[in-house]
Amino acid sequence: MAKANLKTGTLIDGFRLEEHLHRGGMADIWRVSRDDIDFPIVMKVPLLDFEGDLSLIVGFEVEQMIMAELTGPHVPRWIANGDFAVQPYIVMEQIAGPTLAKSLSGIPAIDEVLRLGAEMAAALSDLHQQHVLHLDLKPANILFRASGAAVLIDFGLSRHELLPDLLEEQFHRPMGTSEYMAPEQLLRVRSDRRSDIFALGVILYRLATGRLPFGIPARMRQVRRRVWRDPLPPRAVRPEIPAALQEIILRCLEPMPDARYPRAEDLMFELRHPDLVVTTERAERMRQSDFRTAFARRLRAGRTMREILASATREPPRAPIILVAVSLRPEAEALRQALLDASASVLVNMPGARLACVNVVLTSLIAIDENVDAAGDNIHIERLVALRNWAQPLQLPKGKITYHLLEARDVTNGVLEFARSNKVDHLIVGAPARGGSGGKVSARLAVEAPCSVTIVRAAREIEAGTEQPAMPAA
Amino acid sequence: MLIALLADIHGNREALTACLADAGRAGAERYVFLGDLIGYGADPAWVVERVAELVEAGAVAVLGNHDAAVLNPTDSMNAAAAAAIAWTRTRLDAAHCAFLARLPLTVEDGERLYVHASASAPETWIYVMSAREAFQSFRATHLRLTFCGHTHYPALFNESARTLPHHHVPAGGNPIPLLGQRRWLAVIGAVGQPRDGNPAACYGLFDSARNRLTYVRVPYEVELAARKIRRAGLPEFLAARLTMGV
Repeated sequence: MAKANLKTGTLIDGFRLEEHLHRGGMADIWRVSRDDIDFPIVMKVPLLDFEGDLSLIVGFEVEQMIMAELTGPHVPRWIANGDFAVQPYIVMEQIAGPTLAKSLSGIPAIDEVLRLGAEMAAALSDLHQQHVLHLDLKPANILFRASGAAVLIDFGLSRHELLPDLLEEQFHRPMGTSEYMAPEQLLRVRSDRRSDIFALGVILYRLATGRLPFGIPARMRQVRRRVWRDPLPPRAVRPEIPAALQEIILRCLEPMPDARYPRAEDLMFELRHPDLVVTTERAERMRQSDFRTAFARRLRAGRTMREILASATREPPRAPIILVAVSLRPEAEALRQALLDASASVLVNMPGARLACVNVVLTSLIAIDENVDAAGDNIHIERLVALRNWAQPLQLPKGKITYHLLEARDVTNGVLEFARSNKVDHLIVGAPARGGSGGKVSARLAVEAPCSVTIVRAAREIEAGTEQPAMPAA
Repeated sequence: MLIALLADIHGNREALTACLADAGRAGAERYVFLGDLIGYGADPAWVVERVAELVEAGAVAVLGNHDAAVLNPTDSMNAAAAAAIAWTRTRLDAAHCAFLARLPLTVEDGERLYVHASASAPETWIYVMSAREAFQSFRATHLRLTFCGHTHYPALFNESARTLPHHHVPAGGNPIPLLGQRRWLAVIGAVGQPRDGNPAACYGLFDSARNRLTYVRVPYEVELAARKIRRAGLPEFLAARLTMGV
């Protein structure tokens, strides 16, 4: 196992130990260097005395295995793993920023809570798309790059959905950090992505209120309390919290996985668009449920746990986002019915899907008027009304449809930016008029969109096309 | 080195052809046949000849229970399997049988053991279906990696000095790192008669330099293989199960 005498200057597999940065509960972190690597890197070395605790050894194996598979901006770039027989370690990119735990001095403004929350949800979404469940999300495991992007670290309890789970059958006690743990993790469920959503909810609660929703349970058994005892609503702690944010936080903290956000992308969408959150009774709560209700829930907690287990092992419902790019110019009226038909048929084929109606307001248009603010506002209200009116024939209930006015220099960039930052699943856009010059938008969207694209042509145009004289035979 | 691992071909020419072509495209440098070249399928002679050619060129092959049954009749098989063995015997000549008779029960290759069924008493053909049989197999060899077949269900077991074997069902076609500090037993699914609900042929690609194993699924002309089984007068069930992968 690990050699004891690590000190500055020691060479391990070509890495030179430069500076001891940190001693955590399970590992030392050293700043290291290697000639061919020109960015800051660190080496994580598990502590010697972990010999006794098997879960730490296996946890480090898990982290070595999973980090080597992960890529992208939301995880530290992985460089190398050290052999257990010689000296186990992981060398990875050093993320400069302090962890969220260390930067948590005071309570951030509401806007900042939403921004940080959306960044964390984006990082989680990226992790889940790489088939990895973190399962130990907490402020100490989250850092931020200078760009603002969240970086998740510490994969010792994580699960890769396509690799053997070394932790699953080995340990018959729940693993995780009790303050942040979802109830199904008490039952050792390690396969539900929504466990990470729950942990993110605890983090959001803490960011928004400065408190932990379920306190700090002294023993793992006490974690069970969160199954029947609802947390004090965030707005009761901090009245300025908007109803939408309370709705978001309490939905993440639902004991039943099915009642939480099905995917990190859905949570991210709501954090980025709090004005579009459809609020329920959760948003209005100002106190915990009364004694009788809590007591009744406590009596049936055993049954609830079984329901949670059933819910956690079911495939979560999907709520894909379909973006329809709407032009409100009079000449686009011919396309309207075709776009509505296409939207309706995509909605039918994607159960649970939501439609995002997007209209781009060109920034140049707003600037024409001298009174920029007033003019801009007028344009916005007019457009929003027109957009709602445009989609009215679909008769979609609130929550199934959202309206977005985007300001951008050109239509394509506005739509693409929205599709990327909201992880849109399907994009619907009108085809340019035949023979017209407006083909650039749909063509560029088809090439650059991060999802499938449907390009729709108006029925009248299709008929007109068939009537065109045939090409003379060559 | 990239090693292609092929188990339970069972006389299925179409499936073997597809897997060999896929492995060739992937850059396989060595071929290992994990037993049961014949039985069930309609092309036993062709399969034995093809494998014999590859063995001539350096490939490794071990004996499976169906290969052994052709040589020495046994009463431990179910009716369909026994009928297929009896039919297969009529399709093989002395050279085919001589090749099968020369196959060893196990082959050791560096840190790797190749065997048809469990490494524990290989000649008794124990199915490694769960952690329990994996545990017995691990006890029977000191080598770090065991590759076998026999069950027709892809599975991957691992154990370390202090942990009991853990059962993993490969699902993604992604490379799986066989961590160096652990011992691994990979049950490669069947080339010629998959039973895990996926009719596509299954074989393994092991990258010994990077220590990663991929379970590869290869679609092939299942209907043709099934038609040939029917035409040969073999039990209908053997044709039907190919198309369903059961």
